[in-house]
Amino acid sequence: MLKLPVYLDNNATTPMDPRVLETMIPYFTENFGNAASRNHPFGWAAEEAVDYAREQVAQLIGADPKEIIFTSGATEGDNLAIKGVYEMYASKGNHIITVTTEHKAVLDTCKHIEKLGGEVTYLSVKEDGLIDIKDLEAAIKPTTILISIMYANNEVGVIQPIKEIAALAKKNGILFFSDATQAVGKIPVNVIADGIDLMTFTGHKMYGPKGIGALYVRRKNPRVKVTAQMDGGGHERGMRSGTLNVPGIVGFGKACELCRLEMEQDAKHTSVLRDKLENALCQIEESYVNGNKEHRLPHVANISFKHVEGEGLLMGFNKNIALSSGSACTSASLEPSYVLKALGLGDDLAHSSLRFGLSRFTTEEQIDYTIEQITNTVLKLRDMSPLWEMYKEGIDLNSIEWAHH
Amino acid sequence: MAYSDKVIDHYSNPKNVGTLDKANKNVGTGLVGAPECGDVMRLQIEVDDATGIIKDAKFKTFGCGSAIASSSLATEWLKGKTVDQAVAIDNMDIVEELNLPPVKIHCSVLAEDAIKAAINDYRVKNGLEQLVFEEKGVH
Repeated sequence: MLKLPVYLDNNATTPMDPRVLETMIPYFTENFGNAASRNHPFGWAAEEAVDYAREQVAQLIGADPKEIIFTSGATEGDNLAIKGVYEMYASKGNHIITVTTEHKAVLDTCKHIEKLGGEVTYLSVKEDGLIDIKDLEAAIKPTTILISIMYANNEVGVIQPIKEIAALAKKNGILFFSDATQAVGKIPVNVIADGIDLMTFTGHKMYGPKGIGALYVRRKNPRVKVTAQMDGGGHERGMRSGTLNVPGIVGFGKACELCRLEMEQDAKHTSVLRDKLENALCQIEESYVNGNKEHRLPHVANISFKHVEGEGLLMGFNKNIALSSGSACTSASLEPSYVLKALGLGDDLAHSSLRFGLSRFTTEEQIDYTIEQITNTVLKLRDMSPLWEMYKEGIDLNSIEWAHH
Repeated sequence: MAYSDKVIDHYSNPKNVGTLDKANKNVGTGLVGAPECGDVMRLQIEVDDATGIIKDAKFKTFGCGSAIASSSLATEWLKGKTVDQAVAIDNMDIVEELNLPPVKIHCSVLAEDAIKAAINDYRVKNGLEQLVFEEKGVH
């Protein structure tokens, strides 16, 4: 029997793997020590657990354990990396390059930098969601200190040309920071091979707990430092003060280890189901896949169903299927997804999109059910869509003078 | 966001979805909203020549559940009313009936606009002056 509701919003957060929970439990109760307590067994046990987890985390991304700074999650990592580099390297310059499709944690941090007097260039993306490396090259100035470009996008799943970006940054002596929240644990990410100087990621997007993440900070070629954004006990090599979240770290470590060991299998599993879902939904007339299909995370699909509004669409099944939409009818702004708009989608198509994020726990039965429910709802809503009727009558919707609010 | 039971009911079983003959002089059509804004409503009324009563009303809506429910409810309310009574339908009546939250008030405004646009279309077709309405400006 299919158990409802079905969860397909894994880009928002993943369920925690039961194996992760199991490793965490002792660290809430009997091994509750503070990892900074250096002079008794409770502290030693906690420190040992943290050291082990740090190795597990480092191993997943090809880093040295000393290069891992534990944070509360990706938002903190984005803030620490960008603000920390901006402060630490102020004498070298004040220019940062980023991309319009970044997560708000990066974009809003960059806006903050601008308020402080820094200069930020926001690169646009091509229709497939990828940056043009020539645009990046053209944006570099003598004052550029940081390039901040995400590994893979949270809404459409496209993977940026990380190695090319890194090479360009290196050639110009600029640090390269990547928000790899959606990529780490899902596809091979290796900070040495990729040439990344700073990178953030988080536990809860990879079957680990919420409230724990990491910032990778390179120690060699070049040695990178960031100015701490919180004052305190000088934990994490002075870059991030605060008592370590030991159970979270233990769980995060285990989640990283599982992802490292099972990544290939997970990617194969999710991509087969994702492709089945996508191919079936693309059988519906006037449906479009958003973003580059080749350079894309294996578990993500973003599809627009023309002339059907996304929130109205979700309502047809959102008691039974958890998904998100590029339509922002629920938000106060009523603006559709800025990421989809950056890809050049008209507001109408951006309003008509659904984002699917699969996980290692997604089953074929769930996908079959989802295909059926979405297909039925799209067809039902098109029957009551005036736009669909006009489209079918051959009326060019652009020829109509709409009353814009 | 949780929808009210009434919104869910109208969304699941919308009343009066369909199309009336635009060319018929007894039919008034109102098309309001814009695809870019995520809401387009088309509302039509058919007025009985002899009595001046709206004998049929149909809608088609591109939009969220609240927009669909607002237009479905509007068509129900329109049927059996005279054109003059229909003019008096206020968006806040729709808000109240459907328990729309503040972010969805624009859906009810759109429905009121659609009613008024349909009435004016009917009036123009029948040689009457267009009525001038105050802007609600809540969109």
